[in-house]
Amino acid sequence: MAIEVNGKSYDTDEEGYLADLNQWEAEVATAMAQADGTELTDSHWEVINFLREYYEEYQIAPAVRVLTKAIGKKLGKDKGNSKYLYELFPYGPAKQACKYAGLPKPTGCV
Amino acid sequence: MADFDVPELKEYPIIPKLKEGTMAHSAPYIAASKFQEPLGFPGELVDNWKEVAIDKMGDLLGKYRSLQVFLDSCVHCGACTDKCHYYLGTSDPKNMPVARQELLRKVYRRYFTFAGKYFPKLVGATDLTEDVLDDWYSYFHQCSQCRRCSVFCPYGIDTAEISMAAREIMDAVGKGQKYCNEIIAKVFVIGNNLGLPEPALADTLEGLEEDIEEDTGVKVRLPLDEKGADILLVTPSADFFAEPHVDGLMGYAKVFHEAGVSWTISSKASEAANFGMFIGSYENMRKIALRIREAALELGVKRIVFGECGHAWRVAYSFLNTLAGPFDFLDPRYPVPQHICEFTYDLIQENKLRFNKSENDHMRVTFHDSCNVARASGMGKMEGGQFIIPREVIKASCNHFFDMEPDSIHDSTFCCGGGGGLLTDDLMELRVKGALPRMEALKRVVEENGVTNLAAICAICKSQFAKVLPYYGFTMDQIVSVHQLVSSAIVLKGSEQEAELDGKTE
Repeated sequence: MAIEVNGKSYDTDEEGYLADLNQWEAEVATAMAQADGTELTDSHWEVINFLREYYEEYQIAPAVRVLTKAIGKKLGKDKGNSKYLYELFPYGPAKQACKYAGLPKPTGCV
Repeated sequence: MADFDVPELKEYPIIPKLKEGTMAHSAPYIAASKFQEPLGFPGELVDNWKEVAIDKMGDLLGKYRSLQVFLDSCVHCGACTDKCHYYLGTSDPKNMPVARQELLRKVYRRYFTFAGKYFPKLVGATDLTEDVLDDWYSYFHQCSQCRRCSVFCPYGIDTAEISMAAREIMDAVGKGQKYCNEIIAKVFVIGNNLGLPEPALADTLEGLEEDIEEDTGVKVRLPLDEKGADILLVTPSADFFAEPHVDGLMGYAKVFHEAGVSWTISSKASEAANFGMFIGSYENMRKIALRIREAALELGVKRIVFGECGHAWRVAYSFLNTLAGPFDFLDPRYPVPQHICEFTYDLIQENKLRFNKSENDHMRVTFHDSCNVARASGMGKMEGGQFIIPREVIKASCNHFFDMEPDSIHDSTFCCGGGGGLLTDDLMELRVKGALPRMEALKRVVEENGVTNLAAICAICKSQFAKVLPYYGFTMDQIVSVHQLVSSAIVLKGSEQEAELDGKTE
């Protein structure tokens, strides 16, 4: 499978996650979100950027609690919870946000 | 919210009218070669797949006498027909356990019985064809191996075992399931289902220590790879990653802290789950189980305790000793392995833990028995301990506990709808529909007893409920970990909570 963005083709797996993390560009995230009917705001980008930074360091998406804590530190305690993240990413921050960020899908009993 | 019809919750369970083929489209993604080969399976459907499949079936019949007995002994009495949550939720007759078994049985008859070889039509024997293989792939991935049907079968036929055999045959011909096989490969390479490497695990655990200290004022540790610790905790990696799982993990840590024992998590065996069981592969199940033995030896622990994970507890309780034993290097005074609920329960019995139950007064709690704990294992030293112990732990931590209908708990419990290697987004329709009987029982205690929360001791159940509860008008945070309740109510020595309580009572 693949998605087309600005005339360039990006390989994805069956579930629409980028096959090659290094191919990721901001436009890809925007296009994926648009396909889901979501307009990416600065709040979304805060999360997406954090996911990419964390992945760069640890080779895995952050645990939900690690993510909520980091967002809470950055944007204030009222936003450091999964409720806020689910408002941004209704399909689940771990899965939907990871997809936009170009990260592989978290697997397992999650 | 969904591109399928979510079943309506009824006043009481109704056996649905048959809708033939209504779930025939449901099938999980097929594993690509990169997920098949590390497990020792062919990368794609082999050319001579029919031969390979029949050979494999013969091999399994020789290895597992139970399989042959199960395939031979069904008399089609129908006792199982309305016992499967997937049948009740989907109305598809092939989700009746007898019909699911029949998919394999009819091929078994054709190639392995006298009557089936010579008079196939008379005995309902069928050639193995591509259509049959597709049916296998679809409907053996609509069985969560929960074994509820086997409780009601007068012969004790275990559909789970038939389902595992079918999946093993499919793996052998190169038609494996992506979700399970990708995960097993990750366990071999990284150590857990998530693919959580050691540095990320260390960072996550450190964060949890900070959180507990912030909440209580007590330094509670979550040690990683600490040689010489007494206890090795083996827990599902979801406990590190997801909610409400992580709240349970913090509960275990607080209990260990109060017990004054030294314990550790292992980065090598940073996963309790053993998906080798779901795909019926003894070799893979053994390889996964051996990591636990290796970790226990390397760390020099005296005891092994398992966290809240349903099928892991089945593998641990029922098979660990034959898979990865003998565990004669552990302290013989303790059970090998021990469940975290049993560990906590024993301390409660000895009056070694202090609880402030009113911390959970905003909740009225019911308990979901997870299939593999309820029907495939025991717990503690008493008969039925797997039912009693988790409930006693809950009751020690909260004031308001209510059980669901008797035919939906204990060994009649309904699967959450996502067990047995089906907890994947590509099976969402099945997962939502399969949750129906559990949701109906939940609705009843919500209406009659004002229940607000459902507690569980299985990572799969927790993730599944967090996902499907909203489809039925509940909210995702209504599912809680049993040790999350413990975590909220436990009063640590020297904590702010202790000071506050004792200040008040003085």
